[in-house]
Amino acid sequence: MRAFLAIYRREMAAYFHSPVAYVVLVAFLLLTGYFFYAGVSFYTLASLQVMQNPMMMELNLQTHLLAGLLGNVSMILLFAAPLLTMRLLAEERKSGTLELLLSYPLSDISVVMGKFFAAWSVLGLMVAATWVQIVLLAFMTPMPWLPLAVSYGGLLLMAGAFVAFGLWTSSLTENQIVAAFAGFLPLIILWAVGWAAPLVKPALGELLKGLSLGTHFQGFPKGLVDTADLVYFVLFIGLFLFLSIRTLEAKRWKA
Amino acid sequence: MIEVRELTKRFGATVAVDRLSFSLDQGEILGFLGPNGAGKTTTMRILTGFFPPSSGQALINGHDVVEEPKDARRAVGYMPENVPLYSEMRVEEYLNFVGGAKGLDRRRSKQEAGRVMEEVGIAKRAHQLIKQLSKGYRQRVGLAQALLGDPPVLILDEPTIGFDPGQIVEIRSLIKGFAGTKTVILSSHILPEVAATCSQVVIINQGHLMAEGPIELLRAGRQGGASLKVLLQGPQEALTRLLQDVPGVDSVACTGASPHLEGACYFTLETEAHGQVAARVAQAVVAAGHGLMELSPVSASLEEVFMQLTTEEHASGEEAA
Repeated sequence: MRAFLAIYRREMAAYFHSPVAYVVLVAFLLLTGYFFYAGVSFYTLASLQVMQNPMMMELNLQTHLLAGLLGNVSMILLFAAPLLTMRLLAEERKSGTLELLLSYPLSDISVVMGKFFAAWSVLGLMVAATWVQIVLLAFMTPMPWLPLAVSYGGLLLMAGAFVAFGLWTSSLTENQIVAAFAGFLPLIILWAVGWAAPLVKPALGELLKGLSLGTHFQGFPKGLVDTADLVYFVLFIGLFLFLSIRTLEAKRWKA
Repeated sequence: MIEVRELTKRFGATVAVDRLSFSLDQGEILGFLGPNGAGKTTTMRILTGFFPPSSGQALINGHDVVEEPKDARRAVGYMPENVPLYSEMRVEEYLNFVGGAKGLDRRRSKQEAGRVMEEVGIAKRAHQLIKQLSKGYRQRVGLAQALLGDPPVLILDEPTIGFDPGQIVEIRSLIKGFAGTKTVILSSHILPEVAATCSQVVIINQGHLMAEGPIELLRAGRQGGASLKVLLQGPQEALTRLLQDVPGVDSVACTGASPHLEGACYFTLETEAHGQVAARVAQAVVAAGHGLMELSPVSASLEEVFMQLTTEEHASGEEAA
């Protein structure tokens, strides 16, 4: 546990003593800020029209504004996560610090977990920072707090899945660029693979939807919790943490 | 304290360490010698648990490095070659991290960080970024992290590279100070360093154990006889003939004129055994009316032993091929 904490603290320090965390955070807030502005403007316009013609459509803050915004946030997280995780193990391997780290009486599990939770915390901080927008919105309109909390829980879970995957790709190589790209591509494919479901045979479609990150995330922005989705994300995180630990162990044997 | 039995490590087809065995008692300092690529670092990496041996066994404090890795590693302070450190951290912050990683609580960790910084002389640099430190200071930080937690065994891979001569003396005396309390393995290809700091020496070449034992034993056990160095005044040819006739002298070589004495010349004699031969040489020279300015026995340096062991192996390897 002490080793886990030491590693967690060191990783956090590595993010915040370097420009990495700040650059990613600022870029993230600028992007989500823009989407928020555009979304709210559009929603305001739509509200005005609905006020004049109530029969046109039923307007709901969670589904028509927040769900879209959170969807955007999740996409940006997908790109930010591999950039944050690429250095976790690849850098240590390249610079040789891993050799020293592994000579200490600590377990591979505490190394992997310390790094996972550190990167997850940074992504969590990014997600939390978008609450500036939520608070601004709360001044203007009553908020659906409970569904919103569910959505954010889903976002955090998904960020955890991205981090676990990125950590694993970082454990495979000593090249950070390779780790980042090996992180992006499968995540994007896993994210979008559910979209192909209507185009293929029903059985295959179900399988694709079952595998897809995007499909399992769909419910959360609407404030819906499905146990299957929860289980999916928890298993996803668990699988890639397990693989990271195993890879670290295997590299020890091969090195 | 440290026991290595039949240790072998293969990387694909290459055998980096081949059936290496040696042992080391508590409080001893072992010089681990070998040319580059001999398998020193590989052996140390096995001892510190970075990778397991292909076969064979290594015990530290009675704990097998593969079977009980945590217990074995708890007993070891390791300083790898080139000292990889987290350059973006400050010295004290880094050492606190190492304390945590070694499982110490925060108070103990802070205490230990303070102690080792004093011990290796980096207390004044505590708040400096590691990347701003000179090579010598980085090396000290590396030594400090190995000492942190007061492990009974220290494994130091080329510990004095990067130091200037003054610092080398300082670090060597620090390491020598561990004699009797800590068990130390230090690898080096600088022989005087090993001669100056170590009580035991293990020489390996191409993964094979070439020699093992106390330093004095290795010197004495060198093959062949001893040699003498003499400075004589007189005609060179006559002197050579005279020396060759002395019983017990195997060969005579003139190694050059003395830079200080006109007409004097250095000779190196390969002889059978010391005492009597030296006396006979002195007698013969004086009886013939030449000047005897200097006569001294040349004891084999560790370099010679080392060269002899490592090149012989090479030659016999070629013969076999």
